[in-house]
Amino acid sequence: MTARSGAPGPAAEGGVIGTDGLTALVDVLLARGFTVVGPTVRDGAIVLDELASADQLPYGWGVELEAGSYRLRERSDRAAFANAAGPQSWKSYLHPARVRQWRADRSAGQLVVGSDEPAPHRFAFLGVRPCDLRAIAVQDRVLVGGRHRDPVYEGRRTGAFLVSVECTEPGGTCFCVSMGTGPAAGPGYDLVLTEVTEAADSSDHRFWIRSGSPEGAEVLAELPLRPADPQTVSAAREGVSSAAGRMGRSMPAVDLHRLMAGTLDAPRWNEVAERCLTCGNCTMVCPTCFCTTTEDVTDLTGDHAERWRVWDSCFDLDHSYLHGGPVRSSAPSRYRQWLTHKLGTWWDQFGSSGCVGCGRCIVWCPVAIDITEEAAALNDWAGLRASADEVDGP
Amino acid sequence: MSTVPVPYRVLSSRPETPDCVSLTLAADGATLPAFAPGQFAMVYAFGVGEVPISVSVVGDGTVTFTVRAVGAVSAALCKLAPGETLGLRGPFGSGWNLDAADGSDVLVVAGGLGLAPLRPAVHRLLGRAARLAVLVGTRTPADLLFPGELAGWREQCRVEVTVDRPTPQWRGSVGVVTALLDRVAVGAETATALVCGPEVMMRHTADALHARGVPPGRVQLSLERNMRCGTGHCGHCQLGPLLLCRDGPVVDCAVSRQLLSVREL
Repeated sequence: MTARSGAPGPAAEGGVIGTDGLTALVDVLLARGFTVVGPTVRDGAIVLDELASADQLPYGWGVELEAGSYRLRERSDRAAFANAAGPQSWKSYLHPARVRQWRADRSAGQLVVGSDEPAPHRFAFLGVRPCDLRAIAVQDRVLVGGRHRDPVYEGRRTGAFLVSVECTEPGGTCFCVSMGTGPAAGPGYDLVLTEVTEAADSSDHRFWIRSGSPEGAEVLAELPLRPADPQTVSAAREGVSSAAGRMGRSMPAVDLHRLMAGTLDAPRWNEVAERCLTCGNCTMVCPTCFCTTTEDVTDLTGDHAERWRVWDSCFDLDHSYLHGGPVRSSAPSRYRQWLTHKLGTWWDQFGSSGCVGCGRCIVWCPVAIDITEEAAALNDWAGLRASADEVDGP
Repeated sequence: MSTVPVPYRVLSSRPETPDCVSLTLAADGATLPAFAPGQFAMVYAFGVGEVPISVSVVGDGTVTFTVRAVGAVSAALCKLAPGETLGLRGPFGSGWNLDAADGSDVLVVAGGLGLAPLRPAVHRLLGRAARLAVLVGTRTPADLLFPGELAGWREQCRVEVTVDRPTPQWRGSVGVVTALLDRVAVGAETATALVCGPEVMMRHTADALHARGVPPGRVQLSLERNMRCGTGHCGHCQLGPLLLCRDGPVVDCAVSRQLLSVREL
């Protein structure tokens, strides 16, 4: 909220930058010592990678998203951020897929344990979509919001600089509106951009930029900023509100927490399991899935040991292994665990939904299972059972 | 930091049954906070791995874990000799709610190795509960844990033991542990029950207690699921809405009864 003294009329907050301002933003963040991570085109997808310059952003690229399908497409404009969620999410950096937790040496009967220092990286994430901004908030609750704090996540999350970009181009698998997570950015960003392309109003390609933290304001002050003019602000707002009306999918507007708790015996679990390959892709691409397992290794002498933590999936049989065998051996039970956790028991465990409506699990499912379709089918079944109970009841 | 094991030295390793060993440990430097009965530790065998084990004795400056050799890690732990070191993280989880048992009738029902997590609760309850009964079921007489200690408890409370498969020398009860419930007199409405054993045994015990009028909220079960971290971050120990490393392992039946009735939850 920076009221500009001396500005004519009621000035909108923040300012406006062009693509040169975006270039300057990456340079300023690099100069401040951040490792800048953002979207870039590689291997036929828009992936997240370390950026040395804003030139690496996916200018002019969009994506076509459908269940089980992801395709790059060339856009008619030069938009940098008009592309919905890619295969990765920011958890790859904050909650890495593979990390050493500690090392231990055994010498003269003594055990000496040394914990690895937290990663020295200070990340700046450029292009955090509102759904993913919420996903980071969800993982904050899980990994550092309880009695024990995960030191790996905390070391990477503390001091991370988040540049959110409001969504003006949802994909066919997106449903953030029905999850209440987008397309406008919620709290938690240091800076937020709203992109206005040259096609929108035949003016230049530009970004309405605002800060959400003192550090964000400092960075903002270093950019070649123009005042936030009403035309840009209104085009930006229009872009976001129009995106809200173009969601490809939506979650049933019911209490999903209650729906999941009440449908554990639904026949739909068997139906979906006939299609589900239990491959775990949905859990790998999900920006909130946090499960990990541990690997203990030694060197050849047997005197040096390490503990590694790696991503795990509730679709893996070993996930529920208890002496004698897995608790969840059938595919229906494993799909049910994933969905009921994501939409239901996450509330009990962490006080929020585990789903942010990004649609990645739909896109990257090799057999095109759609979380919104499954939730709707469960809701239909619950409705049928409730009306049958009414007929049978007193 | 609760993710890094703290070195503990083995003071004694005591064979309890053909496949169970009690390891009494003392800190080899930094000390972990005191364990409460029912809480567990992640116990690390060097280079092999880590397993969750409930505390079996809370000593003065020492802590004892009773381990059954069922896998690579537990077998490595059972082989440790006095003087050797292992790694310990904890204490984790909720312990037995013994305040609820204060001054009331208490039933302690154990199946097999389930007696180990109940043992420190009994230590605290002797002399505190109005009437205390310890009911133990085990596979064979040779699998009975802590027989000497049970004999000592007999002087202060009721102790009943039953086995599944008797030997010719066995003169005691034969059959499931729930059959022992009818032998002990308790005020069902006000009694507290602490139960630990295989899940199927706990389910039947909970049902039997319910049938005898013990309210579900006064039946505490120590539940088990896969555990990797102990700190609520790895996702393995979920039982529906619960993370057992955080919300358990001790969970009362008002919460757990319905969850345990769902197959493969």
